Amino acid sequence: MRYLLKRIGFYLLAAWVALTLNFFLPRLMPGDPATALFARFKGTLGPEALEALRETFGLTDAPLIIQYFTYLGHVLQGDLGISVAYYPSPVLDVISSGLVWTILLAGTAVIVSFIIGSLLGVAAAWWRFGRIDTIMPPLSALLGAFPYFWLAMVALYIFGFQLGWFPLGHAYGDGVTPGFNFAFIADVVRHAFLPVGTVVIATIGGWLLTMRNTMVSVLGMDYVNLARAKGLSPTRVALRYAARNALLPSVTGFGMSLGFVLGGSLLTEIVFSYPGQGYLLVQAVRSQDYALMQGIFLIITFAVLGANFLVDLVQLWLDPRIREATS
Amino acid sequence: MSGRRHSAIAGLAAWADAVRHDKRAAAGAWIIGFFILLAVFGPLIVNDPNELVGMPLQPPSAEHLLGTTGQGQDVLAQLVVGTRSSLLIGFSVGLTVVFVGALIGVTAGYLGGRVDAVLSLLFNVFLVIPGLPLAIVIAAYLPAGPLTIGFVLVIAGWAWNARVLRAQTLAHRNRDFVSAAIVAGESNWRIVTAEILPNMTSLLVSQVIGGTVYAIGAQVGLEFLGLGDVSAVTWGTNLYWAQNDSALLTGAWWTFAPTGLCVALVGFGLTMLNSGFDEITNPRLRLQRAWRAYLIKRGERPGRSTPVVAAGEDHA
Repeated sequence: MRYLLKRIGFYLLAAWVALTLNFFLPRLMPGDPATALFARFKGTLGPEALEALRETFGLTDAPLIIQYFTYLGHVLQGDLGISVAYYPSPVLDVISSGLVWTILLAGTAVIVSFIIGSLLGVAAAWWRFGRIDTIMPPLSALLGAFPYFWLAMVALYIFGFQLGWFPLGHAYGDGVTPGFNFAFIADVVRHAFLPVGTVVIATIGGWLLTMRNTMVSVLGMDYVNLARAKGLSPTRVALRYAARNALLPSVTGFGMSLGFVLGGSLLTEIVFSYPGQGYLLVQAVRSQDYALMQGIFLIITFAVLGANFLVDLVQLWLDPRIREATS
Repeated sequence: MSGRRHSAIAGLAAWADAVRHDKRAAAGAWIIGFFILLAVFGPLIVNDPNELVGMPLQPPSAEHLLGTTGQGQDVLAQLVVGTRSSLLIGFSVGLTVVFVGALIGVTAGYLGGRVDAVLSLLFNVFLVIPGLPLAIVIAAYLPAGPLTIGFVLVIAGWAWNARVLRAQTLAHRNRDFVSAAIVAGESNWRIVTAEILPNMTSLLVSQVIGGTVYAIGAQVGLEFLGLGDVSAVTWGTNLYWAQNDSALLTGAWWTFAPTGLCVALVGFGLTMLNSGFDEITNPRLRLQRAWRAYLIKRGERPGRSTPVVAAGEDHA
């Protein structure tokens, strides 16, 4: 329990750092984003919009500390300001319209990649110097070297444009009605296949290598030799005895790489015009929609913090040492 | 990992020799060497990359070996000129993140106590905040250009190095040779720079290489988003324009394929160089390989054993 409280405290601190960064960024940087924006949208925004923009950034004449607490209060109420790119929608509405797609895409990709990669790592270590062990590590190092979004471009070109096996973009086609019906779900899967696939291919090598390396050292341990000597089936020794313990560093790495994978998946969304946070982010960058940009940064950070907490729970469940050390 | 200190030149020579003998490291070194030469001399050879040389989106031909872009510029010229700034930013960010990481990580690990607690908290927070969105938010406020890109990549990337170097410093901190130095009354600065850091040389080198791989990839990503100077010619902006000109949906693969291949080749080369270094600086890995080769030569099937390295033994 103390362990969990400590972790929660840490995530709250990280969230506070992100919030504070978010507050100070527009104030530290040269120029006033609200005025700059207003100048860019001359004619299309009314004078009350300038006030709204200033309000968005909290750029009032009040002392900094008051501005800061006003800002924190707004964020806690879910008020992240007004989007310029999607004027006059509130940032929170714009973000939540894309959140489910990002979670679907990045979540599926990260889990599929973790499972397949770790299993391949187990196989590589078990049949050491075998076919998987010789081919996969360099191959995945090569694939991992490509930028995610470039793999996405190639996949889209070959399987979408040339072969026509998959749609060229978006999360679902015009012909289906969103809802819990087979046609819609099948269409969503068809649209998600390429983006998920490219992220999986780009990230699988990391899991494979981590798992392989820990697995190799775990396989040399006495208790594994004992399990073998007892005549247990190889599958049982490999998965229940060795892999279970070798999984720990991978799980730790899982939490840490989430942010990184998410970054790559955001770029992949752009290539596929997938309507998630990455796509919104690019719209925000193009139209200098700072409020939206910062809102996305906050939401993504919170999501990653939350996911990391889940990883902590898993770790607590997997590793009795953490439980015992803190109980 | 003996505590012996070679002179810098002898050390470099030993590494160069080892790189030559390790197949992977040698391949990596050739790839990286090629791209460095391309970055240095390439721009002198090819034409002006911004010049409009023909019709837009022409496929590769004898005249334009890699075709033309959506604006009618020569893709090959853009690729070659882009190499320079991409590598330059990559290596400088790689060096800087390790420098910052070492400064903070080694300080935390060496001083311990409250300093360690605060600094560890700092890099752990930066590790858990997603890097790319952070980099994007900061970059959006700064004037577009290579300096901005480099700056945000360092902000988003130093924490990992700090964490690893702190752990490594902690491990060295309790070694006898450090205790001896403390007893001998050496200053903290001297202990860190003369006793601890030299023992982490291989780690530092591999971190610089890893940092460079990170920097090149992330830089291309940021520029692809349009956060770079879109009028400059770099690998990232090449991809930005390819995407912007809908190269994909018109089937113009030559506008994006070569750039991505170059990014990947450089990343792959650096990774190969790195894994080669691993083997050079980790005698156990090297022995394992030698032992296996020996067994195979004798016609036996290598098992799962890990050879134990005796002090002073050298089989490679």
